[in-house]
Amino acid sequence: MPEPIIRVENFTAAYDGTVVIDDISFEVNPGEVFVILGGSGCGKSTLLKHMIGLYKPAAGKILIEGDDIAGAEGGLRMKILRKIGVMYQSGALFGSMTLMQNIRLAMEEFTDLPDEAMTLLTKMKLKLVSLAGFENHFPSEVSGGMQKRAAIARAMALDPRILFLDEPSAGLDPVTSADLDALIKRLARTLGVTFVVVTHELPSIYSIADRVIMLDKRVKKIVATGKPADLRDHSDNAFVRQFFNREASAQTSGEPA
Amino acid sequence: MPVANATSVLRAEFTAGTLTLFVEGRLDTISTGAAWRAAETALAGHRPDTVVFDATGMTSMDGAGVALYVRLRDRLLAENLPFGSRGIAESLKPLFDEFPPGALDTPSRPSTQVSFVETVGRSVSSVVKDAAAQLVFTGELIATLVRALAHPRSVRWKDTFRVVEQAGVMAFPIIALIGFLIGLILAFQAVTPMRMFGAEIMVADLVSLSVVKELGPLMTAIILAGRSGSAFAAEIGTMRVNEEINALTTMGIPPVRFLVVTRVLAAVAVTPLLTIFMDLFALLGGMVVMWSIGFPPTIYWNEVSHALQFSDLPSGLFKSLVFGLLVAGIGCLRGLQTGTGASAVGESTTRAVVAGIVLIILSDGLFSVVYYSLGF
Repeated sequence: MPEPIIRVENFTAAYDGTVVIDDISFEVNPGEVFVILGGSGCGKSTLLKHMIGLYKPAAGKILIEGDDIAGAEGGLRMKILRKIGVMYQSGALFGSMTLMQNIRLAMEEFTDLPDEAMTLLTKMKLKLVSLAGFENHFPSEVSGGMQKRAAIARAMALDPRILFLDEPSAGLDPVTSADLDALIKRLARTLGVTFVVVTHELPSIYSIADRVIMLDKRVKKIVATGKPADLRDHSDNAFVRQFFNREASAQTSGEPA
Repeated sequence: MPVANATSVLRAEFTAGTLTLFVEGRLDTISTGAAWRAAETALAGHRPDTVVFDATGMTSMDGAGVALYVRLRDRLLAENLPFGSRGIAESLKPLFDEFPPGALDTPSRPSTQVSFVETVGRSVSSVVKDAAAQLVFTGELIATLVRALAHPRSVRWKDTFRVVEQAGVMAFPIIALIGFLIGLILAFQAVTPMRMFGAEIMVADLVSLSVVKELGPLMTAIILAGRSGSAFAAEIGTMRVNEEINALTTMGIPPVRFLVVTRVLAAVAVTPLLTIFMDLFALLGGMVVMWSIGFPPTIYWNEVSHALQFSDLPSGLFKSLVFGLLVAGIGCLRGLQTGTGASAVGESTTRAVVAGIVLIILSDGLFSVVYYSLGF
């Protein structure tokens, strides 16, 4: 078994004293597509924002290749941030820059690559996400699905070891969403990148996930870990079965088993 | 900020027409810059018959390394020079398979950004459209205001009082401060020239007339444009970006009645009040200066009451009422016209303040002419 690339240990998240996630631990292995699941408001995005160092945990540690991202400052923090790339839910591309400029930004800031190399590398990233030829377009000139793909290309600008995707298929039609899933699988296979994906789209989960964890907002903990098909068929937790079988919540009441 | 500590080295060897590029270490984003330049120098310095990329000593590579390989391969292919590689690990092959020769030759699609001439044309047409939009908006606003006055219960008074508090009560400190300082500065500037004629007491006339007839309403309106006109544009603009305006429209609630009328009524109510305070504090500022040069307050106020006619105050207040209407109206209009994207709200805020101030000055000029002909 290889050494885990991310290790979350006894992690607790809280906003203004209200605990959102209570003392959870899990590991992500290198090269896998790891999906964080859960209903709306269960803290999926909160967990992701802690894992990428935007927030500090109320307790516990988040280790990226052994370094705690929450406690890291200065050079160590930069070293950790170089290992990760993030695609935000809305894409968060800079609207005043072309797709090429969006992707080149990190290269210009952090490498000494010649201009020609950056241009070539940007074209390669765009080719990888099937956006060849769109380098001079502004984000507002391309569709929502294309913006998300461009955001993945930007996240990959410095070839990070880990890519975090926040709800990649939110707001996309099923075909575009399936294209994006195929892209994630292809990138995981060819580049060996580890993916941490937050989503609650069932078709996406079955298609991309090597392993999932599921959060439940009622207990504020992980209620299931494993392969999606196994959880659907064999979970003894009512909430997990309900989630995977898309049952309405009225059918089950009370606390999860 | 280039990062030092190279993780790989590119070394070139030229023997019998073959240029061999030996790569050692990890060819990644950090170290590829130096390797790229070394390769360019080696190619420029020799005239090889064959080029070989030797990766026997290379531990791994990332996208930047692949870019260097692809660049060398495609360039030599274009020059019809044989290019070979050795020692590239099988596991890296899928990376290269993504970029076969010619894969990156996709021509750039033209952006929908337009030429200079078209930009000029669009600007001119947008000015015309903007004027038309302002006219439509003014008509709609007047109609809605008339309807609101006929049916006062249709006005959302709670929201109106909230705006009165924000644009009026909370603006009081800045109005008081600016008013006091304007009176102070005016009096200070006027004392020296007046002293040359022994007419220092006339400073009271100068301060009171210029403040009550002109500067009070004008400065209050400019502060309102900067403070509240911009806030209206930003608030409504953000609602536009969040599709809240669309939500109102589809609910059948006209945004002008729901959002604009409340703000316009509030602004029209508070501007004359704020102007009175501005006048008062400016006169106080003038008094402080006069006192400091030996005129007791009684004499100062006596002179002020002689200088001012009763009609001066209402004429100033009427102007400020119109200014309030213009500032709030243009602020709300710019907010409703907000486009999409991160910069849209900023743009409409800027446009609200600029248009507000221009309209204030223009209408002030108009008022001067009208008041002059009316003999005020």
